[in-house]
Amino acid sequence: MDAILSLEGVGKIFPGAVALSEVSLSIARGETHIILGENGAGKSTLIKLLAGIYQPDSGSIAFNGQPYRPKTPHDAQLSGIRIVHQELNLLPYLSIAENLMLENLPRRAFGIVDGKALNSRAVALLNEVGLDIDPRTRVEALGVAQMQLVEIAKALSNDSKLLVLDEPTATLTPPEIERLFAIIKRLKAKGVTIIYISHRLHEVFEIGDRVTVLRNGKLVATRDLQGLTVPDLVRMMIGRDIADEYGFDASIVPGTVALSVANLKRSTETPAISFAVRHGEILGVAGLVGSGRTEAMRALFGADPKLDGVVEIDGKPVAIAAPKDAVRHGLSLLTEDRKGQGLLLDMAVDKNITITDLGKVSRNGLLNRRAEAAAANDLVGQLRVKASSIEQAVRNLSGGNQQKVVLAKWLFRGTSTLILDEPTRGVDIGARREIYQLLWMLAAAKKGIIMVSSDLPELMGMCHRIIVFSKNKIVGDVPRAAFDQEHILSLAYQEYVRP
Amino acid sequence: MSETSQVTASAPVSPGRAKFLRFLVRDAGVLLALVLITVFFSATAPYFATSGNALKIFVQIAINTVLAAGMTFVILTGGIDLSVGSVLALCTVVGATVMIDESLSPGVAILLALLACMATGAVCGFLNGWISTRWKIPSFIVTLGMLNMAAGAARVVSDNSTITGLPQSFVDFGNLIIGGFLPSIFLIAVLVIAAGWFVLRFTVFGRMIFAVGTNDEAVRLSGHNPDFYKIAAFIISGLTAGIAAMVYLLRLNIGSPIAGVGYELNAIAAVIIGGTSLSGGKGSIIGTLVGACILQVLSTGLQLLGVGDNFKPIVIGLVIVLAVILDAYREKLLKVIR
Repeated sequence: MDAILSLEGVGKIFPGAVALSEVSLSIARGETHIILGENGAGKSTLIKLLAGIYQPDSGSIAFNGQPYRPKTPHDAQLSGIRIVHQELNLLPYLSIAENLMLENLPRRAFGIVDGKALNSRAVALLNEVGLDIDPRTRVEALGVAQMQLVEIAKALSNDSKLLVLDEPTATLTPPEIERLFAIIKRLKAKGVTIIYISHRLHEVFEIGDRVTVLRNGKLVATRDLQGLTVPDLVRMMIGRDIADEYGFDASIVPGTVALSVANLKRSTETPAISFAVRHGEILGVAGLVGSGRTEAMRALFGADPKLDGVVEIDGKPVAIAAPKDAVRHGLSLLTEDRKGQGLLLDMAVDKNITITDLGKVSRNGLLNRRAEAAAANDLVGQLRVKASSIEQAVRNLSGGNQQKVVLAKWLFRGTSTLILDEPTRGVDIGARREIYQLLWMLAAAKKGIIMVSSDLPELMGMCHRIIVFSKNKIVGDVPRAAFDQEHILSLAYQEYVRP
Repeated sequence: MSETSQVTASAPVSPGRAKFLRFLVRDAGVLLALVLITVFFSATAPYFATSGNALKIFVQIAINTVLAAGMTFVILTGGIDLSVGSVLALCTVVGATVMIDESLSPGVAILLALLACMATGAVCGFLNGWISTRWKIPSFIVTLGMLNMAAGAARVVSDNSTITGLPQSFVDFGNLIIGGFLPSIFLIAVLVIAAGWFVLRFTVFGRMIFAVGTNDEAVRLSGHNPDFYKIAAFIISGLTAGIAAMVYLLRLNIGSPIAGVGYELNAIAAVIIGGTSLSGGKGSIIGTLVGACILQVLSTGLQLLGVGDNFKPIVIGLVIVLAVILDAYREKLLKVIR
């Protein structure tokens, strides 16, 4: 095999966590190589090593037969490896053309930018990715899918030998995905080697030649995709069948309505939505990223403004203008963005837990550190948070333990209804199970639980009922007896595929 | 990402030792620097290690220490207050105007002047905080505006002239050296620092100041109003500017509309040298006191060494930059220890 890229025993360690260990892998010239793994399996770390953002702690990487040791992303680009990251890195206030050519703007005398050459070259690149749009358009005016294509066009601008795509379809609609795949196939036909990272199992068969599965930072296997099935991949990714992971507790019967939302309207453009969750019920919220799930939950919680709508708790209408109102009425929100919105990363575990109700561990405004430590230790033990002590900064905890700290802070406050937005994203399997168990415990204690997730099997395993968002609308309310992956997915896509 | 493994932080050192190491790196570092600088000048600069010089240093750091105490609160929340110098100027003319009112007995006049200074400072601080949170404008800009406005107001109030003739008892108190070693105005500075230390360390309010500076969005989503704490921090900075104005009157005995020029930069420098992070959430007010000491010891020491007034600012500027560089290394070290 003619390997364009080969990794030998590559490892990367972070304080308190082994992100990658002993990964050896060869990418053949011209192939499309899929890398699969759960959140936290080490995919992102691997990419960041290739991108020159991190440097490996052990092992070696060779590219085109030469040792490959990029110190910065710029080094990586110079050697011909281009990476389209999950988070797009475009400059919103510059034009498409300027973004595309930023590293090598065509110049006339005295360093003046040659506008004509700039735009004509940009048009050529945009054609490559099938994007028919004026290159003078500012990037901020584009949709996410278009930005993604601009990123890919940018990656092509430097005649790259190896293109790495990190979960490019995460925010795309099905027609956009189709177009992206057509482009990938065309690039492959031109001889570009592609590494494609994803956790959407169905789509990888369409474009991939071989697949490498990572789990907990280790390489599980590299195989030809031909002959494999989705269940095979799942087994490789999580190490066993998924059937028993969630522990659905049939003994819990939902009671009266805990929280109901009627005609919640976020803006003049979005439709009004209504839904309710009962005491002891786990209500799933499905939908694509960007379908308005998160936004609806944030509006309900008072985190973002809303135009209209009535929120009732135990049948009584409550006014929620800001998160503090929601919290006062017993609502809790575990945000999608754990680090940015959920945690005080540089503060200790105990301080993160007690932030929701410092009144409980103080008298006349004076903190009682002993009571605080006792309360924190209690919850840390109860949720089995793995930390060296409650004084450890949460930044240095693993994703799963960070998430447990977020849960602990709401348990400390005491809550009647929890809204959990992607509670298991970036959480390893062990901690994930513990979170599921905790949710069942809370359900048994008659809390209402709203669980937003992009992981459909997770919702189907955990929930009594699933409501489905599609383009800001609630398009379905599916009871457990009628759970069916195809059906729920088609509901989620419903509003996007309609002409 | 680093959120990978199930193996969690088996800390490289035992908790007790880690705590001690953390203390050494985070808190004792600046103190050690102060001791080293002091020892250096004691050995090299003539007259440096005399009680007279020590007293002079104590007197000279009082104003900056008080200003920097309030500044610490603002910087901990992630803001900055550029207005404290001219707010101090405004407060000196307001305070002096009240104090020279002959219809009042000296005791009452002094008390009213103190209240007037603190109220003036608090109003300026409130405006800084309210405007920057209400319209989401960086406090850098808002307080830059306040710097000019307060300076202008100071001229209007004083009719652009210095105000003299403060009560004799007030002037005497300013010159008082308690027990022969503790200047009254240094005592005031120490009391302000002690109060700030108590609030930051032992109260719910202090905890919230740190939390807001660490991640105000997380604080908001936890059911609090971060703007309240940001505004409160600016009010505290205004209050300390008012108190610093009284210290100024005690020390120089004149209310002056051109007082305090550049004081904000010295206050910020003391806070930063003291190890408080400009991005908020990390720092200590004891560090601020030490930072103020370092600045003054350097300034006095260099002068006694015969370093000219032209070169002195160059050295002090270098020290400020060096402190921030060291701070970046300190963060790295702390991460390893944790």
